[in-house]
Amino acid sequence: MSAHVQGPDPGGVTAPVVEARPAAAGADRPRVRPPRPRKSARPRPSFWFALPALLLFVVIVIAPNLQGFAYSFTNWDGFSPAADLVGLKNFSSLFSNGNSGRAVLNTLVLTAVVTVGQNVLGLLLALGLNANIKTKYALRLVFFLPVVLTPIVCGYLWKYLLTPEGSLNSALSAIGLPGLRQDWLGNPDLVLFSVCAAIIWQGAGYSMVIYLAGLQSVSEDVLEAAAIDGAGPSRRTWSITLPLINGSIVINLLLTVLGNLKQFDTVFSMTGGGPSGASDTMATIVYKTAFQYLQYPTALAQGVILTLFVGCVGFVQYRLTQRKALV
Amino acid sequence: MKRYTKKTAALEAALIAAAIIFLIPLFVLVSVALRDPAGSPGFLGFTWPLKFGNLATAWKQSQMGPSMLNSIMITGISVLLVIGIASTAGYVIARRTERWSRGMFYLFLTGFLFPGQLALVPLYVAFTKAGLVGNPFSVILISTAGNLPFGIFLYTAFLRDLAPDYEEAATLDGATPFRMFRSIVFPLMRPVTGTVGILSSLAIWNDFMHPLLYLTGGSTRTAPLSVYTFVGEYSANWPLVFSALITSVIPILVAYFLMQRFIMRGFATGLKG
Repeated sequence: MSAHVQGPDPGGVTAPVVEARPAAAGADRPRVRPPRPRKSARPRPSFWFALPALLLFVVIVIAPNLQGFAYSFTNWDGFSPAADLVGLKNFSSLFSNGNSGRAVLNTLVLTAVVTVGQNVLGLLLALGLNANIKTKYALRLVFFLPVVLTPIVCGYLWKYLLTPEGSLNSALSAIGLPGLRQDWLGNPDLVLFSVCAAIIWQGAGYSMVIYLAGLQSVSEDVLEAAAIDGAGPSRRTWSITLPLINGSIVINLLLTVLGNLKQFDTVFSMTGGGPSGASDTMATIVYKTAFQYLQYPTALAQGVILTLFVGCVGFVQYRLTQRKALV
Repeated sequence: MKRYTKKTAALEAALIAAAIIFLIPLFVLVSVALRDPAGSPGFLGFTWPLKFGNLATAWKQSQMGPSMLNSIMITGISVLLVIGIASTAGYVIARRTERWSRGMFYLFLTGFLFPGQLALVPLYVAFTKAGLVGNPFSVILISTAGNLPFGIFLYTAFLRDLAPDYEEAATLDGATPFRMFRSIVFPLMRPVTGTVGILSSLAIWNDFMHPLLYLTGGSTRTAPLSVYTFVGEYSANWPLVFSALITSVIPILVAYFLMQRFIMRGFATGLKG
């Protein structure tokens, strides 16, 4: 959920960019406020209004994360109150145990493949739907539909499509290409890409909607001027439209990267991380290490690694969105 | 101006073809769900006669009814809490300019940097000690806290952009702080409340990991958790599994088709913040 938003709006100077409003104009709009009649009338809500949020957030989010970080350097087992410092032992054991390294690699590959695939597909769909075709609303409804589906439902659905006797292999035989039949989820070299396909199918509409919002702010006049100057359709898209929706591109890239570094549901339901760890991600091994193998210290060390990845990307996102020109 | 040319028609045809390919997995979902469970698994199309009874069987055997009520309760309470708590906090953060207000804003923003996995074990241990495992309250607390940062961010950004004229007028008229929030500020923030409501409802309804951890095996399962349990028991019986998948997403689909514009706008707005 937290991935649904970009970084903060420093200084509170920019307008929040709403879909219908041209993004660039929103950022540059001069802010004119009428002079206030009396300084004393300025609303000054009391701190107590924020207390429930603060308490809940500190207790449920901040404290457990700090605790997890601290305990990752100990042999804490979760039950006995005593815990001894073991330094970096939990982290060094991650390197000796191949599963963790593999999960990190898998997560990076999955994130890269999904980010590229979902954004290219989402952008193409958005560019297509931005033309004056007649069925655009119905098509938008179709492409966005998978986004609202429960991720584990999507995972199980794709599991069936890709089993050895599933729909994809049957379809390949039926159209005379039995040579292309694969054990999509059983082959360790293929399984990760099969999972990526399911995630892209589910997420493409999500990227599409953000790109569509960006495209609505691209002025028809600029494109027409370019056409008069002799730029063809692909040139117009490449040199004018894409730079103008730069903000949407950055937001989309960061959202897909952040969301997929944490990928759990689809992988867990589709393959459970298998066969033998070939599709495990960082999020699934933290869960398995902690609650199936009951190795809390190792799980915490894995959690720290994942948090570092997500934190770094989140920080980059924050710095990028601070430069208002992008948004 | 844009005209409908032959090229546009070709584009439209290509997009419709893409949409059909996009729909194939959902078509399989429906066609397999309505198949005879004793029949062979395999190809794409429907097999006649359609077995609508599968849906009822799966609904009963996966106990989807009670699970759905649990999901509705957990999602409803969490979303109301997110809206109530995030809007008041956003109000304070947007209107107070002191250092602590800024600090609080950045504190909430750090919520975006935590993926949740690191907190999983410490929270689970704490909730076990508190006797909250198996209690939907645990998932409500986690879901509410997890959706706070983005809610607070949206409310704050919206209010900062809104001149405090109405509030000044209300102050001059002698409104109490609470009255001011309830009658002036909160109604003004309705667009954000819609966005926060939609996005957090979907996220909480679809959440799988926390119910899996806290509510497995109990009588307070959520709809996705029931799907998971049912798949574990009937893994080979795809028609029944798919029937369970369909029944579990009916509320989402109904909501989607009723409010699709609103939902898509929520996604685009919420994302761009």
